Amino acid sequence: MGEKELLTMSGIRKNFPGVKALDDVQFDLRAGEIHALLGENGAGKSTLIKVLTGVEIKDSGTIIMNDQEINPHSPIDAQNAGISTVYQEVNLCPDLSVAENVFIGREPRKGKHIDWKTINTRTAELLKEFDLDINVEERLDNYSVAIQQMIAIARAVDVSAKVLILDEPTSSLSTAEVKKLFEIMNMLKDKGMGIVFVTHFLDQVYEVSDRITILRNGTYVGTYDADKLPMIELVGKMIGKLYDELEDIPKVSTGETASEELIRIENGETSEISAVNVSIEKGQVTGFSGLLGSGRSEIARLIFGADKKTGGKTYIRGREKDINNPLDAIKNDMAFCPEDRKKEGIVGDLSIRENIIIALQSKRGIFNKISKKEADEIAAKLIKDLSIKTPSADQKIKNLSGGNQQKVILARWLATRPDLLILDEPTRGIDIGAKAEIQKTIVDLAQQGMSCIFISSEIDEMDRCCNRMFVLKDKEIVGSLKGEEITQGAIMKMMAGGK
Amino acid sequence: MNKKKKSIKIENISMIIAFCLFVIMFIVGSIKYDHFGTVSTFLNLFNDNAYLIVVAVGITFVLLTGGIDISVSSVVAFTCVLSAYLLQRGWSAVIVIPIVLAIGLLNGFCVGYCVQVFKIQPFIITLASQFLLRGMCAVVSTVSIPIENGFYKAAALKKITFKIGRTNAKLYLYVFLALLVVLVAYYVLKYTRFGRTIYAIGSNEQSAEYMGLNVKWVKIGAYMICSFCAALGGIIFSFYTLAGYSLQNMGMELDAIASAVIGGTLLSGGVGNVFGSVIGVLIQGIIQTIVTYQNLNAWWTKVTVAALLCLFIVMQRLISIRADKQKGKG
Repeated sequence: MGEKELLTMSGIRKNFPGVKALDDVQFDLRAGEIHALLGENGAGKSTLIKVLTGVEIKDSGTIIMNDQEINPHSPIDAQNAGISTVYQEVNLCPDLSVAENVFIGREPRKGKHIDWKTINTRTAELLKEFDLDINVEERLDNYSVAIQQMIAIARAVDVSAKVLILDEPTSSLSTAEVKKLFEIMNMLKDKGMGIVFVTHFLDQVYEVSDRITILRNGTYVGTYDADKLPMIELVGKMIGKLYDELEDIPKVSTGETASEELIRIENGETSEISAVNVSIEKGQVTGFSGLLGSGRSEIARLIFGADKKTGGKTYIRGREKDINNPLDAIKNDMAFCPEDRKKEGIVGDLSIRENIIIALQSKRGIFNKISKKEADEIAAKLIKDLSIKTPSADQKIKNLSGGNQQKVILARWLATRPDLLILDEPTRGIDIGAKAEIQKTIVDLAQQGMSCIFISSEIDEMDRCCNRMFVLKDKEIVGSLKGEEITQGAIMKMMAGGK
Repeated sequence: MNKKKKSIKIENISMIIAFCLFVIMFIVGSIKYDHFGTVSTFLNLFNDNAYLIVVAVGITFVLLTGGIDISVSSVVAFTCVLSAYLLQRGWSAVIVIPIVLAIGLLNGFCVGYCVQVFKIQPFIITLASQFLLRGMCAVVSTVSIPIENGFYKAAALKKITFKIGRTNAKLYLYVFLALLVVLVAYYVLKYTRFGRTIYAIGSNEQSAEYMGLNVKWVKIGAYMICSFCAALGGIIFSFYTLAGYSLQNMGMELDAIASAVIGGTLLSGGVGNVFGSVIGVLIQGIIQTIVTYQNLNAWWTKVTVAALLCLFIVMQRLISIRADKQKGKG
């Protein structure tokens, strides 16, 4: 590993109206290292990346690359300087072929016109280095997100093989795919490339990173060797307080309280999943564990009627009910916070208050308008209960941070006073402080007698919050756990190998 | 991994279906009506629709970026009226033609600039330019102006005649101009960086930007090409009619858009090609011919095209839904 600095950023400042996004931040990258850039939401990671890649222009500070000052004003400038980025959402063109996506903007030409043959053969060769043997003439969107991501990385590497920035590359990959990605990152590192790795997953940081730089609230906290910084300290530095707060959340009633059944699904079936037999008990947090794509969200959607049911029966408090769409479910006192907050959850241009009462209003029907006064009261109470950080209930929800948006969604469903609250990945992509608060809220609600279904890909929070657990694998329930049986080890064993 | 798997491209399947439909209509027409099944009928589709082919090719560029341009019919009309007016006043065709083409480019530039820089909805801004140019037609002249210029007359009448059996089939020279436009457009879209960037923008504009493509100028360029083609289509139309009238071609922008869609261009951008648009024009032409042979009200053309359009849009949607499902299964 070379000790020479490939890239040095120092004294970087960037202000947005009313916000100091970056305040005297520094960052350096060596050739042949993987350098994790960490921080909570709003810490300034993305802004720093955007400054480096020319998407945003810094107010002051210097960027030195290979002993030369650079000042990228656009992604093209950054590319020419040798800096490539692969963003969280794959930034390629779905309608174009794989090969074209790799070469567009820098196509080899024969005379004046684009040489398609060379593009295709060179892409195939390039992808072989990444262990991808696919038809490069196929449309890009015929391949999975993981493959698309590899293709994006291949492009980035081929464009300018000096600095590669990976912005949350693993958030939509399965464990096996993440492993593959890490292999490739290590391969590139060995070739002398500097890699900036931005992620939320702290375990992954330790798996591949050599050094770690931490930002907090737009300021520089420090740079550390990964093997000399224990995770507890890392988290402490990220949130500026100790990790204990998270550890303090108690496990709810682990005892074998004979609880009454709220909902039972018999042989539930949708186009996505079949033979679902689950029972949800009152006052319990029931977890659905499994890898991405194991069917955990599909069960939730089945219960809530969000996917069309093709068979099976639903019993609520022992009586058979027809739940064919979300409205039926809401009328039967169910609530569902979907996985994709931006797409399925928030209504960005409405105020927080409107976002909160929207589900209650649909439960009551459109002819029963909630009065302004009542809406104000409900919103004010929930904003206080969930400590949603906002200047007022009139704020548009899209202006809130991810964690606070999630709390508003939670508030929306709490306003309907549900018996069953389904939370699909409620803590994804939000900072640790907000995460702890949401976990606490879930546990509190269960203790007050509400049933919760909790879905998360982070096993430790499942372990902490749930007292009933179904484990899924390949769209099948492979086991269930109760109370004390729920340990990370037990869950992982089931996820990996069935019973 | 599925190396040899070759999935059907939406644009191709739409184009193939459109082409088959065209052939079927031609055959059915030939069986049903006397004098229909001749080379002459086929070539007349080009003679009568050369201007629409050029306009449809132009609008395909804009549709591919995911935009829309509803000002093309007004550009055509304004080109005709202004040329007729200037020629009537004794200007030479050598001056008039560059002027109207330049106006086309300028209109495209203004529209594209507003879309790209001020982020105005293309529908709104081209609606404005549609009204503006249509209004300008009336400012120039509210009555139809005949064209008597020698060059225009020659261009209107020069044709190549083929003797096939007992019938004479003819192809006017301006048709070759239209076909040249098609070929150039195909080359630009397939073999130049500019053309590929158009597809990239329509497919995912943000990605195109992040991949370091010149989104701004390519997008403005697409609108300029569209408007330029509309002006060129206007010149061909004035060859065809030898007159300029302020109310001509009302609603023709929708014929052009319909042609592109029937030919497999997605209105959301990123998918399509100009040959499809040409087939789309020919289908509309043959429907019109059949309607004429059947002695029906000319509006039946619109009714039929509307039905076809719905059919094609639903079909494209179904194909892409199926493709998504297959991908879901891995």
